Amino acid sequence: MKWRFLGDEPTTLMRKGAEASIFLEEWHGRRVVMKTRLPKSYRVDSLDSSIRLARTLREAHLLHDSKRAGVPAPTVYQVMTDTCTIVMEYVEGPRLKEALTKMRGPDLSSTCRLVGILISRLHSRGIVHGDLTTSNMILRGGMKIFLIDFGLSDYSHELEARGVDMLLMSRAFKSTHFSLHSTAFRAVVNGYRTIAGEHDTQLVLEKMREIGKRGRYSERPRQGALSHIEQGEV
Amino acid sequence: MPAFILGIESTAHTFGASVVDSDGHILSDIKRVYVPAPGQGIHPREAAQHHSSVADVVIRGALSKSGIGPKDLDGVAVALGPGLGPTLRIGATLARAIACRLRIPLIPVHHAIGHIEIGALTTDARDPLVVLLSGGHTAIAAFASHRWRIYGETEDITLGNLLDMFARSAGLQSPGGPAIERLASRGGNFVELPYTVKGNDVSYSGLLTAATKMLRAGPRLEDLCFSLQEVSFSMLAEAAERSLAHTEKKEVLLVGGVAANSTLRNKLEIVASEHGAIFRAVDLKFAGDCGAQISWAGALAFNHRLFIDITHSQVKPRWRVDEVEVPWR
Repeated sequence: MKWRFLGDEPTTLMRKGAEASIFLEEWHGRRVVMKTRLPKSYRVDSLDSSIRLARTLREAHLLHDSKRAGVPAPTVYQVMTDTCTIVMEYVEGPRLKEALTKMRGPDLSSTCRLVGILISRLHSRGIVHGDLTTSNMILRGGMKIFLIDFGLSDYSHELEARGVDMLLMSRAFKSTHFSLHSTAFRAVVNGYRTIAGEHDTQLVLEKMREIGKRGRYSERPRQGALSHIEQGEV
Repeated sequence: MPAFILGIESTAHTFGASVVDSDGHILSDIKRVYVPAPGQGIHPREAAQHHSSVADVVIRGALSKSGIGPKDLDGVAVALGPGLGPTLRIGATLARAIACRLRIPLIPVHHAIGHIEIGALTTDARDPLVVLLSGGHTAIAAFASHRWRIYGETEDITLGNLLDMFARSAGLQSPGGPAIERLASRGGNFVELPYTVKGNDVSYSGLLTAATKMLRAGPRLEDLCFSLQEVSFSMLAEAAERSLAHTEKKEVLLVGGVAANSTLRNKLEIVASEHGAIFRAVDLKFAGDCGAQISWAGALAFNHRLFIDITHSQVKPRWRVDEVEVPWR
């Protein structure tokens, strides 16, 4: 492959993610991560190559803009369009997915509060992350949280997109950290509020709940006249 | 001596009945399916009328085929939801009557748990990532701490809805999935359609609108069906892949009526093998809605004495799968 320009240097596959493979490499004396979007054989070629290229370019832009928004993210060193590869800074530390399980009350709350602040900073700069899970956050030095995967991120000021972000965050806590969910998500919302303010936070949460109710079989407000039929008729 | 359970399914277009024993032998599985006129969807009242007119034959058939007499039954299981209220009530009413008459326990079953358990039974999957694709569900679930947790799902319409509604607009026969699959196999020119994955979730409503508009715009129907399948299935495969990478499960289990589609099965098989997981699909005899999914899930619940009092056995048209406590896993 073209980007193995260090010759004999062994390439280590760090993580085979869903849409990209992450390799740990030496690059001009630095430890870097190479994120390559390998072709997916389950997609037809034309669909696959346009999705991979568009996401690679967008992700590189978003990684950069995220830092400008005050959200720690890996620094982009190089983008290779022919292989759909981004060369970026290697951020060392545990994933929040693992780190959270070891935390208790105050630590958990302050960490999740910081997550909320970061999400809010992105949103205020017109960025939505699109894939907020605790696997996509790295805790460096026990203090600083890096958002690492901008593969599904986008530029949007729409309430809808922000609502989806918060819904995904909430869902991630519900599915992976179900015992911590309410504490963790409340702290995220508190953090979000410090940047976005009460009014905008409420709008986003309202939208989040509305989106959550769109899917099938979520609890919806009963529709007046029909309610007695659904509830009790035998 | 195993327990014998009668199961009744009536959540949507299928009225099914089945007898299983608690050792996992499916002794009978009989069903009749309400088929709406071409270009139309399920009319809930007509479907309910259909079910009540075939119920007698189906239930008697399931009993006689199993060789188990009514007096040998240990429990009657029924899908109380989710689904269409009018059709659910047909199954529920019959199950209550049978439970009363035979003085045996009534066992409430969640339709989707039925799909998952019949999938697990027929494939020996132990702890899979489940891709659940029935008319009413497009969800990716894994079991954790007593419940099936949803890792990804559709944010609007289900894959089954997408295929059915598109097929209806194209004037194809119901059910839409097989009709689209047949046409797609004769297509091959890819037409660009919106591809929407959000995290582990998918959204199909925009795809439906775009594909439906294109019915008038020009591409051959075969190519449009091919592209619709490619885009919608690839979205699902990607969502499943993301959930698989996140949960790190070693098995992928496809259940529900859409499991019959071979293009979809191929895509999920690729996803599973790329992540070192084994792909399994429910035995196609039990992929679509059927009584066996209810009787078998009922048998598992029976072992844990999960019975419901008849006075509390109202149907639950919007019952979510992640609300259900599952003690047997």
